[in-house]
Amino acid sequence: MTTTPHTLDQLDLEHFKTLQRLAYDCAETIAAGLQPGVTEREAAQAMKVWLQEHGVDDWFHQPFAWFGDRTAFRGFSGFNPRFYPSGRRLQENMPFILDCAPVMNEVVADIGYSGCLGNNPTLDMLMNDLAQHRSLILEKIRARWSMAEVSRAVDELCRQQGVEPRHKAYPFSVLAHQVGRLRESRTKFSVGRFGLRSLNWLTRASWRSRQQGTSPLWSSGKRSDHAPVPGLWAVEPHLGFGDVGAKFEELLVITEHDAYWLDDDLPHVQRWQRVLQNQVA
Amino acid sequence: MISIDVNSGDATLHVRCYGQNDKPTLVLVHGYPDNSDVWLPLLPCLEQDFYVVLYDVRGAGRSSTPTQGDYSLARLSLDLEAVLDAVSPQQPVHLVGHDWGSIQSWESVTDARLQHRIVSFTSISGPCLDHMGFWLRNRLRRPTFEGLGQVIRQWLHSWYVMLFHLPGTQLLWPLGLARLWPLWLRRTESVQEERCPGRARDGRHGVGLYRANFIRRLLFPRRRSTNIPVQLLVPQQDPYVTPALFYDLKQWVSQLQLVPIAGGHWQPLSCPEELARHLKRFVLSLTTDGVEESRGRYEVAGSVRRFSGKLVLITGAGGGIGRATALAFAQEGAAIVATDINLDAALRTTQLARLHQVRAWAFKTDVGDSHSMQCLADHLQESIGTPDFVINNAGIGMAGGTLQTRDEDWETVLRVNLWGIILGSRLFGEKMVAAGCQGQLVNVVSAAAFSPSRMFPVYATSKAAALMLSECLRAEYSRHHIGVSAICPGFVDTGIAMATRYVNLDPEQEQRQRRKSSQLYRLRGFPPEKVARAIVAAVIQNRALSLVGIEAHFSHWLSRLSPPASRQFAKLDLFSD
Repeated sequence: MTTTPHTLDQLDLEHFKTLQRLAYDCAETIAAGLQPGVTEREAAQAMKVWLQEHGVDDWFHQPFAWFGDRTAFRGFSGFNPRFYPSGRRLQENMPFILDCAPVMNEVVADIGYSGCLGNNPTLDMLMNDLAQHRSLILEKIRARWSMAEVSRAVDELCRQQGVEPRHKAYPFSVLAHQVGRLRESRTKFSVGRFGLRSLNWLTRASWRSRQQGTSPLWSSGKRSDHAPVPGLWAVEPHLGFGDVGAKFEELLVITEHDAYWLDDDLPHVQRWQRVLQNQVA
Repeated sequence: MISIDVNSGDATLHVRCYGQNDKPTLVLVHGYPDNSDVWLPLLPCLEQDFYVVLYDVRGAGRSSTPTQGDYSLARLSLDLEAVLDAVSPQQPVHLVGHDWGSIQSWESVTDARLQHRIVSFTSISGPCLDHMGFWLRNRLRRPTFEGLGQVIRQWLHSWYVMLFHLPGTQLLWPLGLARLWPLWLRRTESVQEERCPGRARDGRHGVGLYRANFIRRLLFPRRRSTNIPVQLLVPQQDPYVTPALFYDLKQWVSQLQLVPIAGGHWQPLSCPEELARHLKRFVLSLTTDGVEESRGRYEVAGSVRRFSGKLVLITGAGGGIGRATALAFAQEGAAIVATDINLDAALRTTQLARLHQVRAWAFKTDVGDSHSMQCLADHLQESIGTPDFVINNAGIGMAGGTLQTRDEDWETVLRVNLWGIILGSRLFGEKMVAAGCQGQLVNVVSAAAFSPSRMFPVYATSKAAALMLSECLRAEYSRHHIGVSAICPGFVDTGIAMATRYVNLDPEQEQRQRRKSSQLYRLRGFPPEKVARAIVAAVIQNRALSLVGIEAHFSHWLSRLSPPASRQFAKLDLFSD
């Protein structure tokens, strides 16, 4: 039987799951409406408006969108302004990534959705590759590997697959970061599209973790060389090959003795099931 | 042989037909300053399988000189149509053009009216002038160093075109150029040609071809596409047509096969058997599925690139330098044969290579096993073809002092690192020599080849032997025009550190040591892609030795400048705790 992390009860998790579904609904709706000529800024703004219309009142971070070779995060890493939505226009057969992290009633979701306007074989391959990463991460966390070792196993799988782990380009090279209920008071301010409330939460979480010898940022580095930390983790493996990148981002629930994906009915999982069915057929 | 005269506008064309007319018809169109006699060396190879039609273009050979001096491409296309009406009014034909014969055939091939009369077109050293116009325009409108370099190179190769536009230059032919022509061919292309009495006339009138079309088509190109299957034979040492001229061709031709061939411009004279073999293969590939694989090797799916039509074999292609090399060649358009002891890893490499729109095949091969390598060489020869480049990359690592090693340790390492290169070089070298392929053998050695060390004597010995073998092979294969390169990388972050055997260590210590070395490799952060780029460069420039990474340069120069210092370094032991 699965148990919930000590700080969250089952009802909390239901709220997280509902908001995660809403965020994916948003990404799917906006992705379906994308037309050639749309810019990254317009797509990000469309996500923001859609989520606000559906009750979102705050942001862990405001929506991001990356088109074309920007999906591979080539040439930008860490804290880099090129990370932000640009005027890049979408074209036929171009891959894209939509990423949003809404907050509603203290509950946070952080999702990443990859797609393509038309057909892109590289993106198809990367999306299929991501399935192995999702299984690997869960398997190793359940086997109680240290979080850094799990991240290194992801790096090794990337090496075997011949793709680049592009999440190394994220700030602090994170494969995932912790999320939780934002009990801090609301504020309308944000720093670089990241809500001040969420930054506040991360800082406190970071401080608490440091005392326990853990980190809310999960990477291959030494600071993640600790046993799996119970809680909710937004896991975002991001693969790149050449000028194309693909990722998913979703919440992993880690308990004292177990782990599971919060929701197994998300667009990327459905996609892998369809691929599997087609192969069987 | 049947000989007929065909009237076409203001000229009469002399046509000769060979073989039986129930066979597929092959119409061969000669270039400048030739006449249809240029095709005669091919006849013995083609007559059995084809009904071969040769004709002298207007103003050349036994055809008349046009009374109104019309040499426009439109007129030349009408000439071809008249010939087709006379020799094959019902059945469509396979068209072959060389030099100006190819240039004028493009006019017909890209003419919607004639699409149903031509089954296929083989073009040798003669681009479509309209395509060339757009090629030029693209590079001048959006100039890049690479694009401008291609234009300048082609321009330098086309010096004679400008010469022929000067008034009176046609008279050079009767004034002595015709007599010097065989000497010119012998000097520039090593082609022996008997003196042709009509050369002065052919050369003199043929200048009209340039004057009527060249400048007009380059300045005002027309958009001309075709759905007819086209085989483009690209001589690699053509002094007049550079391969880059065809880089945009896929834009105009939907079904394109590109075959790089060794030799110069006058292929019908220098390599008639080879040419005939490609003509037969192409026609056969259009009519049967049996040679689907060999067609695949030449088929251009994406754009035409530097290595389009070339076949590259890479051993140990399941990861690291091998996989990066396979992808670097795929990016340049080459078809890939990826072999590895781990078939799944090789299959993955082919999957990645195909993303570059090339054909790729994977084979499970143990490079140290002669039976396995022989099977691979035979299978390739039968079903895919002779590789142009062979990259002997497979290798394994081993660390630990000689006193700790067992016989089996030496056997394991030497079998893969040395015997693998011996087999790869010998078996594929044989095939390349037999096929007359002017390719390249690349042996991925290591900086350890000239860096003595107490830490990895087995590995270093195997690599030093591989380096010497490469040097010997280079000397031996040079007379067959096959280059041999040795690549010596330093510490490359490939994952080899995690697979290295440490003799005399228990599994736990070995794993710890692997992690330690792996960390050092990661810290060095030298990616296999840089080695792959060095391999591609070595192939292009036929480099004997390529040192990759600063440590490789350092060790190489240290071993040459100060062997005593190199010996002192050899005493270092980073593996001791």
